[in-house]
Amino acid sequence: MAMSGAAKLMPSVPLTEPATTAVSIRNLSVRFGDRNNEFTALSDVSVDIPEGAFVTMLGPSGCGKSTLLRCVADLVHISDGSISVFGRSPQEARQSRDFAFVFQDATLLPWRNVLENVRLPLEVGKHAQTGDNADPHELLAMVGLKGRENALPHELSGGMRQRVAIARALITRPRILLMDEPFGALDEITRDRLNEELLRVWQETGTTILFVTHSIPEAAFLGQNVLMLQAHPGRVKEFMKVDLPFPRSLAVRDTVEFIGVTAHLRRLLEECL
Amino acid sequence: MSHVVSSTAKTEADRKIALLDATAGVLVKHMPAIAAAVGLVVLWQFVVWAFKIPTFMAPSPVDVAYAFRDNAGILWTNMLPTILEAFLGFVFGNLVAILLAIWFVHSATAEKAFYPIAVFIKAIPIIALAPILVLIFGNGLAPKIIIAGLICFFPTLVNMVQGLKSASPAMLDLMRVLSASNTEILWKVRLPSSMPFLFAALKIAATSSVMGAIVAEWIGSSFGLGALIIEATYNFRSPLLYATVVIAAVLAVVLFFIVSVIEARMIRWKPAGSH
Repeated sequence: MAMSGAAKLMPSVPLTEPATTAVSIRNLSVRFGDRNNEFTALSDVSVDIPEGAFVTMLGPSGCGKSTLLRCVADLVHISDGSISVFGRSPQEARQSRDFAFVFQDATLLPWRNVLENVRLPLEVGKHAQTGDNADPHELLAMVGLKGRENALPHELSGGMRQRVAIARALITRPRILLMDEPFGALDEITRDRLNEELLRVWQETGTTILFVTHSIPEAAFLGQNVLMLQAHPGRVKEFMKVDLPFPRSLAVRDTVEFIGVTAHLRRLLEECL
Repeated sequence: MSHVVSSTAKTEADRKIALLDATAGVLVKHMPAIAAAVGLVVLWQFVVWAFKIPTFMAPSPVDVAYAFRDNAGILWTNMLPTILEAFLGFVFGNLVAILLAIWFVHSATAEKAFYPIAVFIKAIPIIALAPILVLIFGNGLAPKIIIAGLICFFPTLVNMVQGLKSASPAMLDLMRVLSASNTEILWKVRLPSSMPFLFAALKIAATSSVMGAIVAEWIGSSFGLGALIIEATYNFRSPLLYATVVIAAVLAVVLFFIVSVIEARMIRWKPAGSH
């Protein structure tokens, strides 16, 4: 399941000293419901995500971390404030395919085989044919699914389905990958493996990744930075750097430094409650 | 299939053996059903013989078999219009239902306006509607096709609306992130995910379209299996009546079978949530 050869697929961005801001969120508020029964999901959130960064978002349930991600993806209406994705509105960024989204459920179309699912983004939308797209076969090889091109989703395991979803997200060579608890429904062994592979994909492609999770070790292992949110209403608790060197392997989780990070995150999380 | 030019003698023999195997397999698989059917026919013959039931009241299976032989021409000429009516009714009824369902899914106003009317039309007993349509459209094929179509229409409309709405919210979110148009969402997501729902309705429609055509033929018609049923009843030609009923049933089963075969070919994926 080696994710090799990705460097050829994606434009490589150096990881040192990112120059530009990928996502800039300013005084963002999101309210749901009508005037009588209003619910504030996010209140006055401001944060800058540098280009090429891997940022994990962590917080108690109901803190609005998924909502924040969906705002960036233009799936949720913004009540106040602004979001800019490479200097453009989320809608413009969506239409020019600046980002791709990976859901908790793989959301593969069950009547399409693996290859057809990966090719779906190339078949819909105005920018389908114009972009500089990756080769679906190479992408499938990268996520370890070479030879399974003709399998239907129900013939694959949950982990394999999520690999297909990741390959589908990368087909348009997005500059940002938005991931909403993508490994939340998987067993721990599969999840560990996909975590390691996702880090490799990130390092080889230089894609900016925003990753929502409710697992403390996952947030610490994957993130260069952790964006901690707190609930009622959802707001930023802390935007902290994870001081662990890259490349990281699963073994890093047994080190004192890693345990220090997770202990700190757990303390912050308890303060949120 | 045996006279396909390109096939060599060996593969032809292989194919024949495979065909025999398949036939034997089907026979073995359906053995209980076949045994039960044969048993019931034998029981029927025995009851008619033992209680000396007069033929006009209830003919024996042997009488019905003779009726098939003696009336082959009549049965054949009356079966053709019924097939045509049922088929055309099936096609048009389902087509209108599918188009209406697509409209409903894209326009909540249309759904609110016309769904209750569709329910009302469904509520009219089809047998009461037949004379009205005969008065309007005369005694030709048209009223029969309309009734066969109406009977197909409602189950397909209900299932198709449900099927088009069965696409998961996550799938629709995915299509939105991909900036897909409504037309693209319809073709790539909504229509494919509605197929299992559509075929469930089409299987119901396949058998009821034959029923619709026959019921329509009861009202002042001079042709079709329905007219033959009325005529045979009034003339006490019970064996012919039974033969007609058997043909009508076989017709419905054949239509059902055709729809099932198309379904098996088209839907090779499992609907979401069933894995």
